Amino acid sequence: MALKGNLRNFSTTQLLNLINLAQKSGALTIYEGIPTGEMDALGEPKYSPGKDRASVFFRGGKLVHAAMGEQDGNLASVLHKSGKLNDRQATVIRERAANTGDKALALLLIQANYVTQADIVTSVRQHTLDIVYDLLTWDNGPFLFDDSKTPPEDRITVPIELENVIIEGSRRMKELERLNEELPNLDLALKFPEDPGDKFKGIQLSVEEWRVVSFVNPKNSIRQIAKANNMNDLEIRRIVYGLLQAGLVELIKPPGMDDKARQAMGARRRKEAPQIKKTVVNKLIDRIRTL
Amino acid sequence: MQTVKMVITGPFASGKTEFIRSISEIEVVSTERDIKTPAEQVKDQTTVAMDFGRITVDDDLVLYLFGTPGQRRFDFMWEILAEGMLGFVVMVDSSKPETFREAKSILETFRAYAPTPYVVAANKQDHPDAWSPEDLRIALRIEEGVKLLPCVAREKESVKNVLLELLYSILEEMES
Repeated sequence: MALKGNLRNFSTTQLLNLINLAQKSGALTIYEGIPTGEMDALGEPKYSPGKDRASVFFRGGKLVHAAMGEQDGNLASVLHKSGKLNDRQATVIRERAANTGDKALALLLIQANYVTQADIVTSVRQHTLDIVYDLLTWDNGPFLFDDSKTPPEDRITVPIELENVIIEGSRRMKELERLNEELPNLDLALKFPEDPGDKFKGIQLSVEEWRVVSFVNPKNSIRQIAKANNMNDLEIRRIVYGLLQAGLVELIKPPGMDDKARQAMGARRRKEAPQIKKTVVNKLIDRIRTL
Repeated sequence: MQTVKMVITGPFASGKTEFIRSISEIEVVSTERDIKTPAEQVKDQTTVAMDFGRITVDDDLVLYLFGTPGQRRFDFMWEILAEGMLGFVVMVDSSKPETFREAKSILETFRAYAPTPYVVAANKQDHPDAWSPEDLRIALRIEEGVKLLPCVAREKESVKNVLLELLYSILEEMES
């Protein structure tokens, strides 16, 4: 089923979160937007997909490969960029191995003691992350997730857990207004998921993130956690948003919040559900079934 | 005679009027006017006050379906419509991700109005650009316990299914 839209309405971070949670495989492609002259449901200009700006590949919810538009992403370039090959080596290898796939080239370079396997894995991993971090800052452009696409055969793929990418992505996300929209209520509390699985295994949190995590408790509102850590609203929102997107914490109402909300809402307080008998509901069910 | 009501809510052009029209036994009483602003020109008319449909159960019982106005500037009507509702349906246009944020916001607003059961209808599932219900659940951050149902609002059977699932949820809550 289609998974398409515009980054303006559904950010890269949100897409990565969806792909992570649904453990999807396929390719997310972000395109140059060509104005169609029409408006979308929000009255914003509509764009149709133009040239590919970037493609990111996933397997089972893990990031495995990324390519930026027409940028040369072959292994020689990747190793050159990471400093594992000098200028001369890179030029020679590009010339001599122009028709050699990345996997075959990797074997040749390891056998010739140019680089180690670890060098290759680290460089490819960093190259993939650099592309993804770059596109996390994009806030416009049509996108399409195609679950039938796989990375090019000759490319080396390195599986990368998305949780850390999402956390880093939210660090880089400078859309402050969006943060406010995503997390408008600082009176909510945080709790750890019922089934955290391996989410915390190998996770890399900053000192500030660990400080927030250490206060996670259904009794502590986000506002209280911020106060305890001397953080302003923006700082706490940024950290909590990242933790939420990575699935490391969940929002929960702290005890007594409904009472406070009811008092605060005054005239707009919650109304009680109407007192209806079960027989009435059963009659409605029977009637609708016969329609 | 006893009357009960359900509210059909959701963002602008999510299919609320069509949903009610598919199942109401009367011609839907719709308070629509021509669209004026470019943002609203994806369809010719929009609901200003509310849509109103009816399903008669028997001589003693009638179900009313109220559709909320799709535009935010009429949200003062929402609380009035929410008064005494048995439950509510949040319609989402599965093919328009730009409306997902608004759908979530409307859902939260109605949850705050009344502690009644609700379901989310992933409408326009027949559209080639429709997001699947599973992806919508993640995108809208709908909890696992909340029903998120595929829907095509112009198909009566699909609408029946959504209303029945809401009624089952209401029964479950009564029995819990």
